[in-house]
Parts: sequence; C-alpha cells; structure tokens
Amino acid sequence: MFIIKYKKIFVSISIALVVLSIGAISFFGLNMGIDFKGGSLVEVEYTNVRPEQSIIEASLKPLAVGQVLIQPIGEKGYSIKARDITDKEHKDILSVLGTDAVEKSFNSIGPSVGKELARKSIISFILVSLGIIFWIAFSFRKVSKPVSSWKYGFIAIISLVHDIIIPVGVFAVMSHFSGVEVDTLFVVAVLTILGLSVSDTIVVFDRIRENIRMGQFKTFDETVGRSLNQVFARSIATSSTVIIALLALVFFGPTSTKIFALMLTAGMFFGTYSSIFLASPMLVLVQDMQKSRK
Amino acid sequence: MLKTRITALLILLLGAGIGFFVYKSEIAKMAVAKDATPKGFLATHPFKLGLDLSGGTHLVYRADVSEIDATEIGDSMSSLRDVIERRINIFGVSEPSIQVQDGGFSNQGEQRLIVDLPGVTDVSSAIAMIGETPMLDFRTENPIKDAPVEATVGKDGNVVFDPYASQYIKTELTGRYLDKAILEFDQTTGEAIVALQFDEEGSALFEKITKENVGKSVAIFLDGAPISIPTVNEAISGGKAQISGNFKATEAKLLVGRLNSGALPVAIELISTQTIGPSLGTAATAAGVKAALIGFLAIALFLIIWYRLPGLIATVALSIYVVAMLAIFKLVPVTLTAAGIAGFIISLGIAVDANVLIFERIKEELRGGSTVGDSMHHGFKRAWLSVRDSNISSIITAIILYWFGTTLIKGFALVFLIGVLVSLISAISITRIFLYTLNIKKTNGFTNFLFGSGLSSAKSQK
Repeated sequence: MFIIKYKKIFVSISIALVVLSIGAISFFGLNMGIDFKGGSLVEVEYTNVRPEQSIIEASLKPLAVGQVLIQPIGEKGYSIKARDITDKEHKDILSVLGTDAVEKSFNSIGPSVGKELARKSIISFILVSLGIIFWIAFSFRKVSKPVSSWKYGFIAIISLVHDIIIPVGVFAVMSHFSGVEVDTLFVVAVLTILGLSVSDTIVVFDRIRENIRMGQFKTFDETVGRSLNQVFARSIATSSTVIIALLALVFFGPTSTKIFALMLTAGMFFGTYSSIFLASPMLVLVQDMQKSRK
Repeated sequence: MLKTRITALLILLLGAGIGFFVYKSEIAKMAVAKDATPKGFLATHPFKLGLDLSGGTHLVYRADVSEIDATEIGDSMSSLRDVIERRINIFGVSEPSIQVQDGGFSNQGEQRLIVDLPGVTDVSSAIAMIGETPMLDFRTENPIKDAPVEATVGKDGNVVFDPYASQYIKTELTGRYLDKAILEFDQTTGEAIVALQFDEEGSALFEKITKENVGKSVAIFLDGAPISIPTVNEAISGGKAQISGNFKATEAKLLVGRLNSGALPVAIELISTQTIGPSLGTAATAAGVKAALIGFLAIALFLIIWYRLPGLIATVALSIYVVAMLAIFKLVPVTLTAAGIAGFIISLGIAVDANVLIFERIKEELRGGSTVGDSMHHGFKRAWLSVRDSNISSIITAIILYWFGTTLIKGFALVFLIGVLVSLISAISITRIFLYTLNIKKTNGFTNFLFGSGLSSAKSQK
C-alpha cells in the first residue's frame, strides 16, 4: 500500500498542517464573541435606504454605551456591538436608529453568563476528551502484539489533536477575514469533531486488530497496508455522506449554522484523512522504532 | 423466508404510517386558526420550534437569594417561578418556558431564572410584564385641606404634579392583604368591575377604615395613581370591596390577573436578553428545511449511484429513518433549533455510515468467493462490531454536551443523540430485513453488478 510506503511524507504533511494551524491561531488569534465576553449585539434592517455608517456612529455617541462597533450586514442592515446594556439603553439605541429601522435580533449577555459559558465549555471539553480516551483504552485493551494497546490509544489521541487543531486553524483564518467570533456553536463544533473523528480511527484500528488476530500477513507493515486497503473505500464513502450532508448545510442552511457546518466539514475531512494517512503510518513508525531499538 | 418478507412489508407499512402521521399533523396544525386552541391528537403534535426559529425572547434573571435561608432557596425559587409563570400566562404567551437554573459550580452558585417567550419580540414589554408588581393601596382623605401640591420628577424626566398624593394619605391596607381578585360585570351597565376579597387581617383593616370614613371618600391607588375614589356609605365588614374605574374588559382582566399573581418572593435582576425577530426565524427555518431536503437527496443519489441495489435499499431505510426521527421530534417533543436541524442533517450522513460499513463487508465476502446470500449474512455479522464501536464516541460526546450544555447546545446534543441511536437500530434491523427479503440465491455477473460499487462490479476487483 502506497500510504505505508510513503508514510514519512504523509506524516510530514500532517505535521506541516498542524504547524500552519497553530501559526494561524497564534498569529490571528481567536476572537471571543459576546457569548463568552458578555456584551450586546443589535441587528437592525432599514425598510428603505440605510443611513451612512458615520451618521449612526455620531448619533450613538451621546448615549454613552461605551465603545460601539458598527458593521453593515446585507443591503439594508447594520449590526451594532456594545457592552452589555440595560433595557433603557436598548430602547435609546433603537430610537436613535430611527423609526424605519426594524430590529431583527437583540442580544445582551451579562459578563457572569459569559464566564459561566466559558467555564462550562472547558469542563465539557475535558469530560469529552476523558470519555473518549477511556473508550479508546477500553476498545484496544486486548491488542498487545506487536504494538502494545496503550500505543494505539496514544496514537488515536494524537490524531484527535490533529483533527481538532486544523479546523480551529481554519476558523482562525476565517475569523480574521470575515470577523466571525468564537461562540457557543464553535464549542459544539469542536466537541462534535472529537466524537466523529475518533470513530473513523477506531474503525481503521479495528481492522488492523482483526487482521493481526487472523495472522494472514507476514509483517506488521503488510498487515497495516492491507487493512488500509480494505477500509479505504468505506472510510471515504462514509465520510463523503457526512460531508455531503454538511455541505448542504453550508450552502443552503441557516446563516447561523454556516460557520459551524464549515468547521465540521473541515473536521470530518481531516478526521478521515488522519485515520488513514496519519494514525496508521504512525503505528508502523512506532513499530519500526521498537524494532530498531532491540 | 415468508416471515422475513412479511416483516419487511410491515416495516414499510409502519414507515408509511409514521410518514402519514407527520404529514397529517402538519396539515392539521395549519388548519387551526392562529389563536384557537388546537384540538385532537394530530393538531396537538406540531414541531416544537426553538426561539431562534420561531422568533421570541429569551431572558435570564439572577435571583437575589442572599437574604434567604439556604434550606429555603429551593422553595423560594419555585414560588418565584410560579409567580412569573402566572404573570406571563395573563398575557397569553403560547407555550412559555420558565426554568429555575440551580446554582452549580459552573456558575458560582448563582440562582437563575430562565424565561423563554416564543413569539414575543418586544423585549421591553416582556421585561415589564415580568418585573412589574402591581401596587394596590387604599388611601383616606387628608384632613389638612389645601395641602401643598407635591411635585415629583417622573421616570421620563418630566415634572409631575400629583394633586392626589397630597389630598390622600396612605393607610396600612395594601394589596398584601388581598386574598383574591375577581373580574365581574355590573348587572345594569355591563361595566367591568374588579371585586376584591381581603384576607382576615385585611378585612379587619378595611372595616376599620370604612367605619372611620363614613361619608368621606376612600381612594384606591394602583401603582401610585388613583383608579377609583368611591364614597363610603357605611362600615363594610366581611372584607369585600369593588373597584369600578371605567375599565375596559381587557384592562380589568389584566389587573385581576396581576393582583392575583402577587408580588415576587425574591428580587430578580435581568442579566441576559436575547430577541430574535420573526423574519429572521422564518428565514432560518426555511433554510434549515431546504438544507435537510437537499442533503437527503444528495445522499440518496450518492448511495444509489455508488452502491446500486444495496444503496437503493439503504435509501429506503434512510427514508424510514427520516420519518421516524420527525415523528420522535413531534411526540417527545424535541424543541428544534437551528443547531438541532444541523444535528439532524449531520445524523443523516451518519445514519448511512452503518449501512456503508455493512455493504463494504458484503462486497469483501463476495470477493472472497461467497455467494450473495452468504455474503449478506456474514457481512452483517462482521460489520456489527465496527458499527457499534464507531458510534459510541459520538454517543459519549452527545451525552456530555446534553448534560452540560446551555439551551442551544442541548438542542443540538439531543437531536444528535437520538439520531445516532435511531440510525443504529435502523441499520441493523431495517436494512438487514430488506436485504434478506430479496433472497438472492443466484450469483452471476448481474448480481455482482448489483452489489458492486463505484465503477466496478463486486467480482472484478482483486
């Protein structure tokens, strides 16, 4: 199988992608949205022509709602971001915007709610990671030759990290150019990728495990190579169906879930890629290293 | 064999039946007039849309429980919820959701009240209807005639001259002593009247006030403004009073409701507001439905082109999966949000996953030289472990997300979890029974083509 033959190249590609992603994340940074920071967001649409941005900026100034960020949305709308505001301040903003400004959505989140969400996200992330690590350990408890079971688990986790970092890197780039911010759905996307991408790795490892048990192939290299051959088509097919569904969501779905779907698409793609082109070659590399040490 | 076929037929019929239910209940819902209460099984099972799809207001309050004994916090919070629920019900909001969020370690022990008001997009009036407590009090004539008129600065910044505030002085009798308020109509004029019934203490106070003020007027103030200034003819015992203040029937009804709902047992502070306008919600729903349809068709097309006969069967199984999920959404009911619809669409892809695993196994068996029939049986058996294992991590994720998430996350997690579970059941039972039903005994070029995939037939690859 060519993947095993050129394993170093594929592992290098993955490393490069991860490094690029980390670079993008640290260079562009992740903009936290009001879900986490607290703050308010008013979206309005004008029935006729919207006034110039500078006019709105000037008229909002006397309200003293702190720093205000105004962005045009669509053809007739604006989104206005400010610190979290009271009901009265909200009314004031609307009256300043004029009577032909129809409010499409309003969101005001107090800092304590934001902090709570951040805390909850971290806890969920830790719990999901732990749950999946335990599940991997459990699935591979019976394999020990020639690569011991904890190494399967370790490699599965490495590919999991790979599957998470790349979509987050993609998000950092998108966020830099389109101004999207980290929100609740971002967290859901990351956690869902955790669940989906590991399942593919497990299926591939499962097949390797089965082939080791049957003992048909002479070397470990060949076992892994043949196993990949066997699961290749199905891995591509299953990911394709999920990606087809996700793309439908990206192109036709509600605006609120577009970025979410795009991140999941990236996660699904790299999740499949990593189970075939990263996890399995690494398994062989680890075994090579063990051999050379003996 | 006959048994398998009958089962397959039953599943098809059941699927069609569920599909019919989903369709009919949507039609029935549309037939119900906007403000009418739906009747009948069908009309009472519409899809339940979350606020981001239906439009509405989401409010989060922090309750100040610092002065309440720790053991009584639970009781106070639930009575707070009841009071607010009563207040909201007066306004006729359909299906409001009012939940107490316990102070856990993730929110620093804050006690919160989360209020969801579907269809309410005027935040200010929503906030007003929840936060306001009607202040009812009874005042007697000020013995000092021509007292200076008090001027106060009102909420809107204007100076208000309140002639009544100086003419009447407060008594002890307030809305606190109210047992209940009832809406009545005057027998002769048809005018709406609010009848008050005081509790024991209030009755005594009322009797005392009326006794001391025979021939004089007693003013009934609501929220600081007089609404009725009747003249007392005689002392009234029994604690019954009436307010007849030229009410419109709806106003009177509102007042009765507000008086009955009582004061808030715990002070609350609004910490988070979210409003989604109806146009945004409708657009999101339409886009979600469109994406789901296109996603489904694209997957079906892919399955049939790539997997041929088994692909066709998987498409039938997927259709049954879809109607089953929609029926579950209606019956549970699951509150659908944009994220939930996304979860459903992703689950379509995942539902196929199990089928693909099975088909690939069947193909391998065929390549190994087995007959089509044997390949199907072995393929199912050997694929099951992979199918199970690959779904467990998704189940773990979904459960933790549901457990820890906010409303938005829960919407996604629940749909995703149900999706994965139903898809497991559908793949191993429905697809299997359908494939067995075909009972293909022969193995020749044509059957190999039918069970092949991509550009090749099952046999030609080696």
